[in-house]
Amino acid sequence: MSTPVQTERAITVTVNGVPRETTVPVRRLLSDALRHDLQLTGTHVGCEHGVCGACTVLVDGTPVRSCLVLAVQVDGKEVTTVEGLARDDGRGGEILHPVQEAFRECHALQCGFCTPGFLMTMAAGLEARDTSADITEEEVDEIVGGNLCRCTGYANIKKACRHAAGLMKEAGQ
Amino acid sequence: MTTKLFGEPVRRREDLRLITGRGRYTDDIGHGALAAAFVRSPYAHARILDIDVDAALDVEGVVAVYTYEDLYGPMAEPLPVLIPHPQLTAPRTGYPLARDVVQHVGEAVVMVVATDRYVAEDVCDRIAVSYEELPVVVGVDAAREAVHSVHSDVPDNVAARHHQETGDVEAALAASAHTLSFTQYIERSACMPMEGKGVHAVWNHDDSSLRVHTSTQASTSVRAAIAAKLQLSLEKVEVVAPDVGGGFGVKIVHPWPEELLVPMAAMALGQPVHWAEDRREHFISSAHEREQRQEITVGYDDEGRVTALDVRGWHDNGAYTPYGIIVPIVTATQLVGPYAIPVYRVRIDSVYTNTVIVTPYRGAGRPQGCYAMERTMDRIAQDLGLDRAEVRRRNLIQPDQFPYDHHLTFQDGRPVIYDSGNYEGLLDKLVALVGWDRAEERRAEAAARGKQLGIGMAMYVEGTGPGPYEGGHVQVLGSGKVLVSTGLTSQGQGHETAFAQIVASELGVPIEDIEVVTGDTRRFGYAVGTFASRAAVMSGNAIALAARGVRAKALRIAADVLEADVDDLEIDEGVVQVKGTPGASIPLRTVAVLSNPLRYAFDEAARQATQFAGPGDDSKPPVAVGDAPGLEHVDYYSPIRSTFASGAHAAVVEIDPTTWEIDVVDYAVVHDCGNIVNPMIVEGQVHGGVAQGVGGALYERMAYDADGQLQNASFMDFLMPYASEVPDVVIDHQETPSPLNPLGLKGAGEAGVIPGTACIASAIEDAVGRRIAAMPISPTELYDLVRNPDAERVPAATTGVPA
Repeated sequence: MSTPVQTERAITVTVNGVPRETTVPVRRLLSDALRHDLQLTGTHVGCEHGVCGACTVLVDGTPVRSCLVLAVQVDGKEVTTVEGLARDDGRGGEILHPVQEAFRECHALQCGFCTPGFLMTMAAGLEARDTSADITEEEVDEIVGGNLCRCTGYANIKKACRHAAGLMKEAGQ
Repeated sequence: MTTKLFGEPVRRREDLRLITGRGRYTDDIGHGALAAAFVRSPYAHARILDIDVDAALDVEGVVAVYTYEDLYGPMAEPLPVLIPHPQLTAPRTGYPLARDVVQHVGEAVVMVVATDRYVAEDVCDRIAVSYEELPVVVGVDAAREAVHSVHSDVPDNVAARHHQETGDVEAALAASAHTLSFTQYIERSACMPMEGKGVHAVWNHDDSSLRVHTSTQASTSVRAAIAAKLQLSLEKVEVVAPDVGGGFGVKIVHPWPEELLVPMAAMALGQPVHWAEDRREHFISSAHEREQRQEITVGYDDEGRVTALDVRGWHDNGAYTPYGIIVPIVTATQLVGPYAIPVYRVRIDSVYTNTVIVTPYRGAGRPQGCYAMERTMDRIAQDLGLDRAEVRRRNLIQPDQFPYDHHLTFQDGRPVIYDSGNYEGLLDKLVALVGWDRAEERRAEAAARGKQLGIGMAMYVEGTGPGPYEGGHVQVLGSGKVLVSTGLTSQGQGHETAFAQIVASELGVPIEDIEVVTGDTRRFGYAVGTFASRAAVMSGNAIALAARGVRAKALRIAADVLEADVDDLEIDEGVVQVKGTPGASIPLRTVAVLSNPLRYAFDEAARQATQFAGPGDDSKPPVAVGDAPGLEHVDYYSPIRSTFASGAHAAVVEIDPTTWEIDVVDYAVVHDCGNIVNPMIVEGQVHGGVAQGVGGALYERMAYDADGQLQNASFMDFLMPYASEVPDVVIDHQETPSPLNPLGLKGAGEAGVIPGTACIASAIEDAVGRRIAAMPISPTELYDLVRNPDAERVPAATTGVPA
């Protein structure tokens, strides 16, 4: 049997607003490229088969399970990870995204492992809706319904979703 | 005035790093390390004939390949039996890498180390292991029949026969006005933390020391195991549990083979080695729990009061018994719950099967015990035509009966003596909270919508906070920072916050000045671990005692400086002051500087402190006999026995008679964990526990086939609840402080999961009028049950469902 040859390819991807160039084996998962090549370890890997949602990142603004995407597939695209969710306040600090504020306020995390996936999914879900409207329970269920959490029983994650929607509504007024 | 933070819903101090991606879990540490991967057995029971690694050695990037033949000294011996017990007469454990025979699918056979994980898995694919298949034992019934044996030298497959009794149960049953007997099953689930296990080991060749990060619930014990197995002096091994992505029990087992093998490779190769468990590995090589068969006979009087209880159980312990028989002991001793049972006998055989090991999963045998006892209460009620709540009420231990001695021996070897409780109070609150008395109304209303509604309840008592001890260290620095450490670990319970609240309240300092570290042997060497709902009780009290020691020393030094009596001093917002005398004060940080007679003025705090330093007394040494420099204190809390928390849950289910979907529409919890440090955190623990309880009752099961293959070893097939499966939970608290510890705490971590299976089974039975004797139950199984003409029916009078 011969030694397998790893085909590599250079990619350019904008991660959290910063253009990054890296060379990756073509079989490398986006989750591994983010975590190990770019050392952005905030994206977590819970199942590596696309079910738990812990590894969710935004690719061109859309939530994507980074364990189901190859790094080469995001060549030329913009990726946002949990590290890029808060904004720079221009004074060396950061302004948390409303979903981050809401998670902290509502005790929506315990071990924190699934949290980045929920935050990214929820941020995209809330930003995609009309933030001036009150959020409905159906919307909350839709936004939080696809990710697994083993600690919280989801009650406080749903609460955080409502709270974040409220913060975004206030901010828009 | 410093806000008294004990008891307040303080927002968590862990959260900022975790919501910004700055948490550090084991797999986030050590970029560039070599990666380990494992070849695991594809057979449930087989003899290893040959391991051919030739093809693997050609792969570019392979660094090392290890089999059992490469293990030396203590590593070549079986893994330890952590918790021996006289009744565990045939303990068996595996080897770090399988020797000769594999006993379950997933057992590690070969460890590969390569330049990265992808390459390591390529190498694994090229290693050819030949096996001779052996007969497989799956399930407690097959284990009992013992047609085949898991371990050839344990022909009956019985690892242990656990037996406790409080009197002559057969005489008491014979004398009982009524008796009934039934058999029921509960299946396997597993902890399934979102983060699997992981180990990162760095060997420092220059000083011959080893640093290991591992996703564990017991870093001090992993350290001791590594030192023993790798023949290192204890002080040359450091073990750190960094951020840990959930545990729920599976990470209390130690050492996992990988916690020894990865450090072994790091030492041998002189390079950092890393391993992150993938989800399939977690399913087939980490621990499961819950499977039992229970045969119950109960005697009772005309009023429904239990006169005798006899439980015969079989507990599936999987292939090995590294964690002893803790789970069956907990089932046996916690089964009696909040009830006064005059005569009780329990006999549980712990049996081997060719499946993954069974060790505690949140609840640790209690859900099974609760299932046995609570379903017994339901049956008595149904037999006598009594309300299920009323039968429970008649059997409860009364508030004036504490301390209540069950005359049983608990998991810690100590007597099961309930320290305090108010079980009738729980029941009253539960009945009100769930609207128990409105059940018939709701049943009719649901029927009008075409749904079958049922209601069930279950009560439990949970022994929490077992010893032997935990410790705490509190130190005030000259900067005013207060460093707190304890050896036990955290997996999301909010210890950094709860322990900081305790120190803030005990010491009178702002919580912002407090930094808490857990699970790092560099900071605290003596610890037991995080399990059995013990962290708040054990480390919380140890840290409180340590803080009290610091406070006493601070007051003594300050009294000297301020020329005041110790009793006239108080500490508020980090300042020691004479009560009622403004201006007569000294900051605690300055006291900290004064506490050390060596005061090089490295910083402003030290310079300021000199103004307080009086002339030395030449007749005494600078550090008095019996004193020590520094404002710090270490203390330990070691309880005489466990403290017993309690609670009561109720579930309302609606069943759709066309799809047989089971919808938990209401879930009510009344919970008593004594004094509460942080109610927000306690409620979070209850919510999470209930979700796992619902999962265990309705969705989660390890589907082994007859060949011992786990058919659902993925999140696609093993159904854990998403948000859509978890009901809204309403919670009411009762606080019955423990008289056993200084803070009056009882544990809260596991409570939420314990009664789930029992109360949901009760509710489903109430809805459909058929006996539910095996849990979990799926819509398909429920459909089959109601269509089966032979299915046992529940007396109609007790459910309102036509028989």
